[in-house]
Amino acid sequence: MIEMNIICAKKLCLYYRDFQALKDIDLDVPAREITALIGPSGCGKSTFLRTLNRMNDLIQGVKITGEVTYHGENIYAGQVDVTALRKSIGMVFQKPNPFPMSIYDNVAYGPKLHDNLSKAELNDLVERSLRGAALWDEVKDRLKKSALSLSGGQQQRLCIARALSVSPDVLLMDEPTSALDPASTMKIEELMGHLKQDYTVVIVTHNMQQAARISDRTAFFLTGDLVESGKTDEIFSMPKDKRTEDYITGRFG
Amino acid sequence: MRPYNAFLGVHMKTKNIVEKTMQAVFFALGMVTIIAVATISAFLIINGIPAIREIGLWAFLSGQEWRSTGANPAFGILPFILTSIYSTIGAILIGVPIGLMTAIFLAKVANPRLAAVVNTAVELLAGIPSVVYGFVGMIVLVPLVQRTFALASGAILLSAILVLSVMILPGIISVSRTALAAVPREYEEASFALGATKTETIFKVSVPAAKSGIAAGVVLGIGRAIGEVMAVLMVMGNVPNMPNLFEPARSLTTAIAMELSYATGFQRQTLLSIGLVLFCFIMMINLILNFALKRGYKA
Ligand SMILES: Nc1ncnc2c1ncn2[C@@H]1O[C@H](COP(=O)(O)OP(=O)(O)OP(=O)(O)O)[C@@H](O)[C@H]1O
Ligand SMILES: [Mg+2]
Repeated sequence: MIEMNIICAKKLCLYYRDFQALKDIDLDVPAREITALIGPSGCGKSTFLRTLNRMNDLIQGVKITGEVTYHGENIYAGQVDVTALRKSIGMVFQKPNPFPMSIYDNVAYGPKLHDNLSKAELNDLVERSLRGAALWDEVKDRLKKSALSLSGGQQQRLCIARALSVSPDVLLMDEPTSALDPASTMKIEELMGHLKQDYTVVIVTHNMQQAARISDRTAFFLTGDLVESGKTDEIFSMPKDKRTEDYITGRFG
Repeated sequence: MRPYNAFLGVHMKTKNIVEKTMQAVFFALGMVTIIAVATISAFLIINGIPAIREIGLWAFLSGQEWRSTGANPAFGILPFILTSIYSTIGAILIGVPIGLMTAIFLAKVANPRLAAVVNTAVELLAGIPSVVYGFVGMIVLVPLVQRTFALASGAILLSAILVLSVMILPGIISVSRTALAAVPREYEEASFALGATKTETIFKVSVPAAKSGIAAGVVLGIGRAIGEVMAVLMVMGNVPNMPNLFEPARSLTTAIAMELSYATGFQRQTLLSIGLVLFCFIMMINLILNFALKRGYKA
């Protein structure tokens, strides 16, 4: 319990050119827990998630003030190695986006970038990552087949395996199940239950039940503001802010 | 209701007539192309085969000597075939790396403003007529090559290769650039999210994902290089020798162009046979191109 909060946002503001998409966000992400980000479309959930591994750097015209600390260090300070940061804070996207390569190569891609592994070590790592994403049994006989031949749910679990392959600390997931059917969604939710034993997970979701089911903490965003955050059961049973209550009871959104 | 229905009926009828007429027009125009291709193919086959028959296919293709005039003529086109192949390979070896790098720069690295400027230059390069390439090659490149390598003449295979490398650039650049720009951004984001650098992402994700399109660009370049006449004629020296990088040489296209204006009788027929061989080469390249493009759409 020395380091409770692995990521802390402090007075974080983000602008897309003139448009302010995040306004003074203060949010702590506790280690080995699942934090859910909820809120209506366009409120800045994805934007906030992408500030945590500096994916917004890739967008022209983005300006950020305030800070985000990871293990106590500001990731927006001068001398941060962004590639190392992204290796530690992995990301799974809304639309499953496996590379147009074989299943094996998808998972081996990340490790090959960072380490010089032997064939056997790499095989082992690929298997471990696929097992971690609960996909190994379904694909172990066709690792050399194209990843695009998998179903949507399998592709998303492959993307999770790919994110796990570089041994991250934190997993950022942006609506990872919104493109999937209920059965695949169940599988991934189940998987997240296991993942939080080893990883810190931050997940964006539009699905209130999903947030309530899987997350330990919830943060509610509205038009760039963080309205309320706290333990999921408290937010869902007795929200402090009227707007939170309206949103989670479906009165707007 | 009745008047409205009647109006609708008339309206539909005129619409149908317009539709039918347009379809007939499109069909007729489509036929023009088909007729042109069929005529050219028939012409080449009918006129190209007699001379090959007389000389013998193997003797024609593998003969190393070309003496179309004089007392003791020989009609071997191996020097031309090899020259065409060598000059094309040379142009590809130089042009593809430069073209691909430029395409990567335009699609992935340059800021939009600079990309627009470079793009205009590429389009201009594509619009320059080949006689101008040949002319500049003759005035600037040939003397330079001659001095650099201390040769009797700078009009040699190497000069043709250098000119062709520049000529095939625009095609390779624009086709590869389009393919690279079409790579879904999600692939690249996934790579960045794994901690890859920009260079790693470009070479390990973007380029492989665009490989069919890039291949199509290369094949297009091959087609342009093997079919080029004027510029090659002006810088290659045109001696029908077996090709050597530092000596004058004559390609399939220039072999026809050199003699066509005065050749008669059997000599003229042999030129048509060369045309047929060139035609076969181009057909093969087009088949490969179609194959590459189709694979590109599937992926
Ligand atoms: N690249 C961009 N350039 C300019 N504005 C952007 C950009 N990306 C997002 N925005 C704007 O920032 C705001 C927040 O967008 P964001 O994608 O973070 O919303 P979100 O909460 O993830 O929404 P959704 O639930 O629909 O995914 C929106 O108003 C959006 O229009
Ligand atoms: Mg979003």
